Amino acid sequence: MTNVVMPQMGESIAEGTIVRWIKKVGDPIDRDEPLFEISTDKVDAEIPSPAAGVLTEIKVQEGETVAVNSVVATIGTAAEASPPAPPSNTLPEAAAGQPEAEVSRSSSDNGTESHEAGDAESREDVRRQKSSPLVRRIAQEHNVDLSQIHGTGLSGRVTKQDILEFIELGKASEPSRTGDRPPVSGSAAASPAPTFKPGENVRIVPMSVMRKKIAEHMVLSAHTSPHVYSVYEVNFSRVAMLREKKKADYEAAGAKLTFTAFIAKAAIDALRQFPIVNASLDGDNIVYKKDINIGIAVALENGLIVPVIRNADEKNLLGLARAISDLANRARSKKLNPDEVQAGTFTITNPGIFGALYGLPLINQPQVAILGVGTIEKRAVVIDDAIAIRPVCHMTLGHDHRLVDGADAGRFLAFVKERLEHFDDAWM
Amino acid sequence: MARPLEVRWLGTVPYAEGVDLQKRLVEQRKADAIPDQLLLLEHPPVITLGVKTRHDRSHIVAPPATLKEQGVEVVETGRGGDVTYHGPGQLVGYPIIDLRPDRCDVHRYVRDLEEMLIRAVSRFGVTAARMPGLTGVWVGNEKLAAIGVRIARWITSHGFALNVTTNLDHFDFIVPCGIVDKGITSLGHLTKFPVTVEGVVPPVTDAFAEVFDRIPLHSAASPPIESHQ
Repeated sequence: MTNVVMPQMGESIAEGTIVRWIKKVGDPIDRDEPLFEISTDKVDAEIPSPAAGVLTEIKVQEGETVAVNSVVATIGTAAEASPPAPPSNTLPEAAAGQPEAEVSRSSSDNGTESHEAGDAESREDVRRQKSSPLVRRIAQEHNVDLSQIHGTGLSGRVTKQDILEFIELGKASEPSRTGDRPPVSGSAAASPAPTFKPGENVRIVPMSVMRKKIAEHMVLSAHTSPHVYSVYEVNFSRVAMLREKKKADYEAAGAKLTFTAFIAKAAIDALRQFPIVNASLDGDNIVYKKDINIGIAVALENGLIVPVIRNADEKNLLGLARAISDLANRARSKKLNPDEVQAGTFTITNPGIFGALYGLPLINQPQVAILGVGTIEKRAVVIDDAIAIRPVCHMTLGHDHRLVDGADAGRFLAFVKERLEHFDDAWM
Repeated sequence: MARPLEVRWLGTVPYAEGVDLQKRLVEQRKADAIPDQLLLLEHPPVITLGVKTRHDRSHIVAPPATLKEQGVEVVETGRGGDVTYHGPGQLVGYPIIDLRPDRCDVHRYVRDLEEMLIRAVSRFGVTAARMPGLTGVWVGNEKLAAIGVRIARWITSHGFALNVTTNLDHFDFIVPCGIVDKGITSLGHLTKFPVTVEGVVPPVTDAFAEVFDRIPLHSAASPPIESHQ
């Protein structure tokens, strides 16, 4: 059974009004066939069906307005009887219903997608060979045959979204495939224990698209990389002094000189020295990335995003400072281009900005390490057996122990520490 | 990389024919058999009803007999929005474009159409603007251009209507877009020199290409029209 949801037709759009149901309950429907129309302001949009089957229930009537991602209808196989989804003590498993390539598949469909039979073999090859290493790894870990999945990427490739949804649905519809149970909505049997009971004092808000993507990625990362952490304390006296000295010059050149810029420069040099930290894993292969593309995590109102500075090693400190400011501003005003949030090879994040002593961040897949910067504040330190007050910072390297061992992480961080504590003003 | 945009000036086309043409072109665009299109045309007098008015025609004020007498058709459409009027002297534009990959936002599309029209009329010395909450292009309290769009799989159809030398009395037959307390105007009313629908085509085409980052190509059937400047 597939849930049909109210799609999000624009970034700032939070709801939609059903204007017309093109199909009625009981009508058969093909995937991508127009199913209903919604309207928002002066736009009427025709929304295609996310799956093939029969329209089993309409939950939102013509004229009603609901939040984006709410379930508006359900599609089942012709065999499924009409018992509606069980009452509110199960979480709705909303499959993405956006009118673009992001659609869900119901793995219990019987032969309704047979028009692909002719091309099955060549498609299979493309899917297996050309889907990304990450997708193939996910498939392996979940024992999923990639050729089972309808890919929505280029030439039918299976994208990360495709396989994650396939796995989600596989969990949901499995019970209904085994024949000896009455046809019941799969979500009752297979979803995790309900997190609230009917009548409990809760407020339910469907997740935004960004929130869902973040949630998926975090689970995936925790599941994929064995995370290990090393924390170093770095004395920022020299950097603080250089920053004070050069701040005005940099501002005149149109760049805000932040600690992040210095840290990025040190990290880039360290990545050049220790290329294993700038690599990825592909099955049994280590993929050393020749480009150094640094992602800088930016906190947004309701989430986060990681814009990427491409070929960061080709920039000097001024160039880095400029790029960081520009990307952060555009991230907050939602003006990033799609290619600016892709192809990162290493990420820097700043839990210290909210006051944390240090953070233990999750790696941004398919990278193998992430640098977390704690708060930079004056603390008592020991220098030459005497107590002095200096600005210090705890920097954490979260790393994937499949590829980056403790010794590598230690060497990397020691290098970064050395660079920052003895920052050469020739680099400015 | 700017994408090609086929610009077609079709002259006067009955409304229903325009709708059929759009449907065919949308299918062809979906199949990627044709590039993005910008259809520019005029309609004989017609009142069109958007999806909002499917069950409520109270925004047509004139009785059917009057409409018939004046030769004004009434047609239900699949575009968004309320009721509007099209007629001679009004430039109607139907962009049939693919909003993927980076423009898949219906609010943005509507704002971009407004921006395009604002830029186009500025060439005539007219300063038009948006009115928050009221889609369309306004000069003071009067509406200069209306917008009503349909989207299927991120391919657009229907579009905009810019009053150039429209008979504004015909708007008395309706409550335009369901907005009771604002008036209607046209370019002809606002400029100091004579304007024609055809004369507005080049600035509209240029502004559209600019805002949507497309390269205009004129199809062989309709040679480019000399700019009136």
